[in-house]
Amino acid sequence: MTSFFVNGKAVHVDVDPSTPLLWVLRDSLEMTGTKFGCGMALCGACTVHLDGKAIRSCVAPVSRAEGKHVTTIEGLSENLTHPLQKAWIEMDVPQCGYCQSGQIMSAAVLLAENSKPTDQDIDDAMGGNICRCGTYPRIRRAIHRAAELAGQRSAK
Amino acid sequence: MSAPAIVGRREFIRVGAAVGGGLLVSLYAPLPGGASEAWAADEKNFPLNAFVRIGTDETVTVIAAHSEMGQGVYTSLPMLLNEELEADWSRIRVESAPVDKVYNHPVFGMQMTGGSTTSPAEWERYRKMGAMARTMLMQAAAKQWNVDVSSCRAEKGVVIHAASGRRATYGSLANAAAQLTPPAEVSLKPAKSFTLIGKPTRRLDTPSKTNGSAQFGLDVSVPGMLTAVVLRPPVFGGKVTKLDATEALKVPGVKAVEQVPSGIAVIAQGFWPAKLGRDKLVVTWDPGPNAGLSTNQMLADFRELAKTPGNIAKKTGDPAGALKSAAKTITAEYDVPYLAHAMMEPLNCVVDLRADSCEIWTGTQFQTVDRASAAKVAGLPPEKVQIHTTLLGGGFGRRANPASDFVVEAVQVAKVAKAPVKVVWTREDDLRGGWYRPMWHDRFEAGLDSSGNPVAWTHTIVGQSIMQGTLFEGMMIKDGVDGTSVEGAADLIYGVPNLQVDLHSPKIGVPVQWWRSVGHSHTGFSVEAFLDEVAHAGGKDPYELRRALLASQPRMLAVLDLAAHKANWGATLAAGVGRGIAAHFSFDSYVAQVIEASVEKGGVARVHRVVCAVDCGQTINPDTVIAQMEGGIIFGLTAALKNEITLKDGKVVQSNFHDYQMLRIYEAPKIEVYIVPSSANPTGVGEPGVPPVAPALVNALFAVTGKRIRRLPIRPSDLA
Ligand code: FES
Ligand code: FES
Repeated sequence: MTSFFVNGKAVHVDVDPSTPLLWVLRDSLEMTGTKFGCGMALCGACTVHLDGKAIRSCVAPVSRAEGKHVTTIEGLSENLTHPLQKAWIEMDVPQCGYCQSGQIMSAAVLLAENSKPTDQDIDDAMGGNICRCGTYPRIRRAIHRAAELAGQRSAK
Repeated sequence: MSAPAIVGRREFIRVGAAVGGGLLVSLYAPLPGGASEAWAADEKNFPLNAFVRIGTDETVTVIAAHSEMGQGVYTSLPMLLNEELEADWSRIRVESAPVDKVYNHPVFGMQMTGGSTTSPAEWERYRKMGAMARTMLMQAAAKQWNVDVSSCRAEKGVVIHAASGRRATYGSLANAAAQLTPPAEVSLKPAKSFTLIGKPTRRLDTPSKTNGSAQFGLDVSVPGMLTAVVLRPPVFGGKVTKLDATEALKVPGVKAVEQVPSGIAVIAQGFWPAKLGRDKLVVTWDPGPNAGLSTNQMLADFRELAKTPGNIAKKTGDPAGALKSAAKTITAEYDVPYLAHAMMEPLNCVVDLRADSCEIWTGTQFQTVDRASAAKVAGLPPEKVQIHTTLLGGGFGRRANPASDFVVEAVQVAKVAKAPVKVVWTREDDLRGGWYRPMWHDRFEAGLDSSGNPVAWTHTIVGQSIMQGTLFEGMMIKDGVDGTSVEGAADLIYGVPNLQVDLHSPKIGVPVQWWRSVGHSHTGFSVEAFLDEVAHAGGKDPYELRRALLASQPRMLAVLDLAAHKANWGATLAAGVGRGIAAHFSFDSYVAQVIEASVEKGGVARVHRVVCAVDCGQTINPDTVIAQMEGGIIFGLTAALKNEITLKDGKVVQSNFHDYQMLRIYEAPKIEVYIVPSSANPTGVGEPGVPPVAPALVNALFAVTGKRIRRLPIRPSDLA
């Protein structure tokens, strides 16, 4: 039995501890917002936060989460109010949308650590997330916009 | 376009009441052989599959006959419909259509999404449907108020009778409207009255794509469902000769290991045990006839074949004579590799097969074909097979498989699983699973007159036919020429008086398929790169030469001029940066691009800026046009800089994103998109952004290095 928290809620799962967190989220907990793209830490579609750090859940055994806090795209905000979600909607970033959970989760860690990222910072932080639809120009713009929105929010 | 369109005499409108209340409106396009009339006669006997459903709770549900794979149709189709319906935009919902002939593509006669055709094909149908629904709602209101319908108007989901100040919402009128006889004809707004069409509009699907709630095929779960992965032969067409599943069956969670026609299915409780089980299979394969396939050998064979005459796809004037008398001739050969679609969401399909029914959930571009194929395997009539189309995590053509490979296989697995099952492809399965963009070889010879103008142009193409063996074969292959092999070449947009295009279509055991921009993905590259060579051989500026050759193509000329102007063609660039230009006509749209690029240490090409101009007729959602150009450019750059599928000893060499790489955000250039305003009917947008990318890039790299790159992907060794 592995016990940890997902989006603040305690969960207990009875799976082989070497099972990747991705498949525990998707198959055991039926939280499908976190995506499978490569299974080799190459594409970032499966990005979640483990105690606030971005990890590739496709290669993280669930045992790594024991006692820790996992945040998934479903837990980013209750009602689309995270600055990144607002910016993503404002810029209409997604095309097919499949990579976007991972993009947003990577961007969330970037913004948490760097409230005013430059283009270079964005390139460095987001380089592990593939978008086959080619939404990169909008991702860049939306991260800048989210930083702006977050700034306004904290200024209030 | 300003002339009001009416519902044609042979189109067949049906309206009806929705279960639980509300108005349904549907329109059957005229079909060959009077099928619509036959349906009309049979009207009472089939359920109404609507295009729009107006609920008594004021919701307006638009039923999308086309799949959403990122190209924005779940927003553009409602925009078309609501331009006429005039409902409250915030009340619009979208649902994917079930499989039914009413949703057949108006041009292709089957339910599908592809060929960049949704906007052009639905330009009238969805607007007519909206107009029909609005007209009936207004008639219901007028009847209720006992006033003339012409004294009423509709606005934001409300019918208003200004003279008396009466108002009624669509929801309150829906039931009454459903009882009326539909009008024989409706007129459509002239373009100048559009309030939605042509205005940048936020996508309806974006919120669900930012909080994890968007449902893709891979996210579907049905009660009692098992998950399967399939081990497919390492060589295309290979067969299992010996299977030892002992260890696989010991993996906790693995339920069964079963042979299916495409390979060996490992069926388990969830993906991970299925995958672990598959890793433990011990299999001996008979590789079959393709064991010796090698792309290196093919490359050599294609080059030899191109020196012999192929089937004539196009001949004007006297190309041979003109070449002989030309002041100067140049020849060049271009090569492009097999390419995988590599949609971000790997293929998957959920099947619940019962004795007398089959229910399927998948992200498909090809509903009619998939249903027919699934029915055949299930041993059921097609009406007993239901397909729920989910969102597609990318399509690019792969999810319109002529053999319905991923659907048929899932039904086969469901047969042996004896439970609802989800078949999941891994990235390795995807990249090694075939159905690639074919490998192509293009050989050119051009003759120039004494002032450097091209007067003769011959183009020999070698590559597998995509259409051969598909249900499009009869339509697309004429006199041994697959139209998609030579598109963008045989219809060369430039005015060259003596032109010949011929084609060799070798048969090779690698399954091939349409891939975003289809034949244009190689002809766009080779024609535009060779034209650059012709310009330089004739001492001409590549932009100016194109201008001269486009004298009778005003729309392409305007697009070319716009791109060149916005890119400051001719202005000095920073040292080490080169500029290249390319233009290509595809899917009835005109696109030109100017790329600025340089070469980094070690020969790595760096793309700084892409300026893109497009004329795709009347835009529906201009922001989607921009997004599709941006996406097409990144897709094109990925192919130009990164991708090739190669085969050695019959086996695909690449397996995941480490050796089949995607462009990353730090490699993405600045992209500017300019749309030429147009009132012509809408044309394609999803694909036309791709073809000009690679040639504009190699032309830019030539400008800065003097090196011609004639083989994709561009390798550092080409530039170092
Ligand atoms: S699925 Fe985890 S990085 Fe690709
Ligand atoms: S939006 Fe489709 S992969 Fe990123």
